[in-house]
Amino acid sequence: MTSASVVGAATLEELLLRMWRIRAFEIRAMELFEEKLIRGSVHPYIGMEAIAVGVCAALRPDDFITSTHRGHGHCVAKGLDLRRMMAEIIGREDGYCRGRGGSMHITAIEQGMLGADAIVAGSSALAVGAAHGLRLQGRDSVVVCFFGDGAANQGILHEACNLAAVLSAQVIFVCENNEWAISTPASASTRIANIAIRAEGYGFPGVVADGNDVEEMRAVTEAALVRARAGDGPTLIEAKSYRITAHSAATKVDLRPAEELDAWRARDPILQLSRKLVESGVDEARIGEIEAQARADVADAVEFALASPRPDPGAATEDVYAPADWNVLERLS
Amino acid sequence: MSERELTMAEALNEALHGEMERDPGVFVVGEDIAQIGGLFQVTAGLLDKYGPQRVIDAPISEAGQVGAGVGAALVGCRPVVELQIADFVTLTMDQLVNHAAKWRYMSGGKVTVPFVLRGAVSSGIGMAGQHSQTLEAWFVHAPGLVVIMPSTPYDAKGLLTAAIRDDNPVVFLEKRLLYSRRGPVPEGDYTVPIGVADIKREGTDVTVACYSQGVHLALQAGRQLAEQGIELEIVDLRTLKPLDIETLGNSVRKTGRLVVVSEGARAGGVASEIVARIVDEAYDSLRTAPVRVTAKDTPIPYAAQLERAVMPQVDDLVAAVTGMLEPVAGS
Ligand SMILES: Cc1ncc(C[n+]2csc(CCOP(=O)(O)OP(=O)(O)O)c2C)c(N)n1
Ligand SMILES: [Mg+2]
Repeated sequence: MTSASVVGAATLEELLLRMWRIRAFEIRAMELFEEKLIRGSVHPYIGMEAIAVGVCAALRPDDFITSTHRGHGHCVAKGLDLRRMMAEIIGREDGYCRGRGGSMHITAIEQGMLGADAIVAGSSALAVGAAHGLRLQGRDSVVVCFFGDGAANQGILHEACNLAAVLSAQVIFVCENNEWAISTPASASTRIANIAIRAEGYGFPGVVADGNDVEEMRAVTEAALVRARAGDGPTLIEAKSYRITAHSAATKVDLRPAEELDAWRARDPILQLSRKLVESGVDEARIGEIEAQARADVADAVEFALASPRPDPGAATEDVYAPADWNVLERLS
Repeated sequence: MSERELTMAEALNEALHGEMERDPGVFVVGEDIAQIGGLFQVTAGLLDKYGPQRVIDAPISEAGQVGAGVGAALVGCRPVVELQIADFVTLTMDQLVNHAAKWRYMSGGKVTVPFVLRGAVSSGIGMAGQHSQTLEAWFVHAPGLVVIMPSTPYDAKGLLTAAIRDDNPVVFLEKRLLYSRRGPVPEGDYTVPIGVADIKREGTDVTVACYSQGVHLALQAGRQLAEQGIELEIVDLRTLKPLDIETLGNSVRKTGRLVVVSEGARAGGVASEIVARIVDEAYDSLRTAPVRVTAKDTPIPYAAQLERAVMPQVDDLVAAVTGMLEPVAGS
């Protein structure tokens, strides 16, 4: 797959900045978890930044995504505000979900983020329905459904893919194959090397892409978008990548061989893109500035989040239901 | 002789080791349970001893795991399936409710389904809406299932052993915050009978029916209230289906007052069912209306102070007890 659009150096710098913002965000989030400012867990997207950034760089602002437990990267790539993301995962009132959702549930429908989902594969059918609903409304917005290699074995994903096929839904399924699901290697949970080949069984194209190459991710997404907007149906993109960190801040047990981890560290998507930029004539110092800017943006987000008020416990029973005439009768106690 | 103490996770692990050793038909299935022994180490060491045919790291396919468990049970095995987090039972409800629970009945009693589904109930630690639910009421409502929720390491080992040996499908819910709590656990094999409650504290003023984490709330409230001269009788139900209505009824006949503690949501919850059973059983003995101390009817929020606000706390229980004693104070 060749790049459909000519990506100039400035744009690549912008993509690098987004990737660095994700990484800097995750590094701080893990620190804040250790400091007990974040509860529950944090599932870092470190090492996989090129997938979300490449895919979302191809999207229009009115396109949608669904996300996973490992969702911060998708949010940043879709253009969500780092401040409100950080406030959410610290559990403050200015967070995207006013502290109700936390790290695994950031939702910003106004920015095309239908919601992160802590149920593995849980949002795959939602993506199909959202796509169909958009078409009913005469919109050609596309829905991207991110899910993992582990999620590929859930029943609902099978149903969602088949449903998307028969509806010719404007969906792009992006399987983030980082080779592991907690302690279980993909090789132990399927007998196929490429999850992308399953697409053939549903009757739509499946593409294997280098998930550590942001330009390639953008290019394969552009092709899938053309197909989806034309009404020709879904595409499954399998992005081969790796998480450089342990599964989560709470689940640090790691069975991955050191050589495997080292090999993937050498293919770090941020390093690769930085190298490419330098080779194309960008100053090393400029690369450093991009990293520094990302870290400063995240520092600002943390400052904002910590200054945000804690949610009022008295409001904990609000928003269970949408406003309705019968709400006045409902006593939630 | 000093009694040996184990955590609840270790106690459950002993039960699994014991039953796998005893019965070659017992096998365990779940996510990340073999190589790393489960996220909470309940299945630690099983893979090394019993091998990958009996200790299976399954793909993330909860419905498939439960359905396969039911099938293996039908042909005479005793599978134990682990849900990493109890909320994921939602993905298995068809296999559990339409299959495990009623295969025996629909066969006219010809088959049995000796199957155990274990899961970690994970509220209290900021895991938010999809990882913090307390759903036992759903299973109590599905005829054919046994429902167990232990509060101590001793009970956990004895009840899990009993559950594996039982010929019925059992939903066995373990509170994650209790995994690290220690308590005395005898070596070797023993069972705690299914359907028998345990009186954790004797008292004359108010009966508190509770289970799982609720028992620990009740014990703490019991200590606080004793300082004010109020004596709680704390009944750890241990099994929610079948319910030991005899023990609970006898206690209510003695105290005349009932508070039920449940971490599940209020509407249609286990606490409501227990109140109804006591109204059937011991209405004439009740001196005040029974009170439910439960979670509020909301999804579980992420932020700490919100989660605390919707989950039942010791203070809620203390207030419920003092509230029900007020009208008769001095009588
Ligand atoms: C239905 C369901 N089952 C199990 C889990 C627990 N869990 C959380 S993440 C995870 C692994 C997911 O693997 P994968 O889909 O490959 O995503 P990755 O974590 O590698 O990004 C598991 C088993 C869950 N959240 N939801
Ligand atoms: Mg994975």
